[in-house]
Amino acid sequence: MIDVIELHKSFGKNEVLKGITTTISEGEKVVIIGASGSGKSTFLRCLNCMEDPTSGSIIFEGEDIANIHVDINRHREKIGMVFQQFNLFNNKTVLDNVMLAPYCLGKKKLKALKKDPAYNGPKTAKELKAVCREDAIRLLKRVGLEEKADAYPSTLSGGQKQRVAIARALAMNPKVMLFDEPTSALDPEMVGEVLELMKELAKEGMTMVIVTHEMGFAKEVATRVIFIDGGKIAEEGTPEEFFGAPKCPALKDFLSKVL
Amino acid sequence: MLTDFSLKWDKFIINFIDKGGYKQVLTGLEHTITVAVLGLIIGMVIGIVIAIISVMPKYPVLPYKMQRVYDRFLSKFPKNPALRIITLYYVFFAIMWVLQRIPVILQKICSLYVALFRGTPVMVQLLLGYFVLFPSMGIKITAVQASIIIFGLNSGAYVSEIMRGGINSVDVGQLEAARAVGFSYSSSMIKIVVPQAVKNILPTLGNEFIALIKETSIIGYAGALDLVYAFKQIGTSTYEYTVPYIVLSVIYIALVVIITAALKIMERWLAKSDRRN
Repeated sequence: MIDVIELHKSFGKNEVLKGITTTISEGEKVVIIGASGSGKSTFLRCLNCMEDPTSGSIIFEGEDIANIHVDINRHREKIGMVFQQFNLFNNKTVLDNVMLAPYCLGKKKLKALKKDPAYNGPKTAKELKAVCREDAIRLLKRVGLEEKADAYPSTLSGGQKQRVAIARALAMNPKVMLFDEPTSALDPEMVGEVLELMKELAKEGMTMVIVTHEMGFAKEVATRVIFIDGGKIAEEGTPEEFFGAPKCPALKDFLSKVL
Repeated sequence: MLTDFSLKWDKFIINFIDKGGYKQVLTGLEHTITVAVLGLIIGMVIGIVIAIISVMPKYPVLPYKMQRVYDRFLSKFPKNPALRIITLYYVFFAIMWVLQRIPVILQKICSLYVALFRGTPVMVQLLLGYFVLFPSMGIKITAVQASIIIFGLNSGAYVSEIMRGGINSVDVGQLEAARAVGFSYSSSMIKIVVPQAVKNILPTLGNEFIALIKETSIIGYAGALDLVYAFKQIGTSTYEYTVPYIVLSVIYIALVVIITAALKIMERWLAKSDRRN
């Protein structure tokens, strides 16, 4: 689904990613771990070109999205992203947070879609809004925050914010979800609710790429674990062999610190 | 002293009410408010546009649709340099080179604009605009219309800097989150970042409006009838300035008090997504 080929990323003279090649297939749950500063977050942010790669390619749905001349916005709709700091739109209610993107972006496509005779979705902006609203409420129900629909993000707890953020990403029906340390900014007692939701998503077969420090979660959910050290993939494998018999000394060292 | 003042007051009342001075004052008030309000609106539009341009990413890149046209066009040109000259290849290439650098060029133009309008007094701009530039361009407008344009352009330069600070005060994560769900740079800015920025800068913007309403007192120099001009005329007709100028000050104070109150209400209304309310 996503092919990463020789991905390099530098910030000025600081080379963070030094050639990463990997493939993320459909339905896979890839967990990326590594020490801080190893480039794991940068790698994840390169996957939807939040950071433009310095060189290399990222093939998503047959198109190299690392090429700056590709319409990245169209592809980002299909790549959901959840941030460490939640980044909910502070000026919008919870419901608006979830339905803003499907509605506004859908409205733009409406004109082109209407010309297609086979199209039988909503035809006017009003109908589209109703559909998006319904979808958003369904998603909020799913993350258990239906009663907060009209609240503003500033009144939510960290765990609730992150669940809304996941609902917002899901509202675009993404093909893959990227999680950038989704539980690192949460109080310990709220980590559980977010991880639980992510596990449910994983069970439903969503393709997920997760940067996290939650080793227990990685063992349980991951189909593959990648260890990034010094801007390169130092080791990867299934969680059993990865945690059971680590080969690379840097990984052994890292695991002894965090486990 | 007191009898002296009551005498002056009587003189003023005769002129103000019996001789119809209040009509001029009302027109003056209307013009003062029109120039300040429209000036601020124009200023905000210009300011927001300049602020967005000045925080835009700077790398040279064509929008992807233009890039396709560009590639297709360039591939059709012959390889021979002589033929390329004839077929205007280089002209086309130069146009594209400029288009690719539009963000940088726009930023240069904007900073020149800000430097010009912040570098000269607004009175000089008004006189230059109304008596020199507009007539020389063949534009026929009234002094009030000219004042609106000049004050709009002038406050645009100030608002742009206020707005830039406001945009920078919004967490960069907001822009990232909007981009991550598929919004373009400009719609993320307009839908998410700018509304939050405006909320943050509202007190400063109110300050700008208060300054603006007082600065409009110079439009009389272009022959526009504003509050100052109206009261000056009342004073001139009796050679008695004390009361007219005191009343004038009171009206300005009243205006500012009203604006301050309105801003407070607006701030509270915009802060409904905040915790501190």
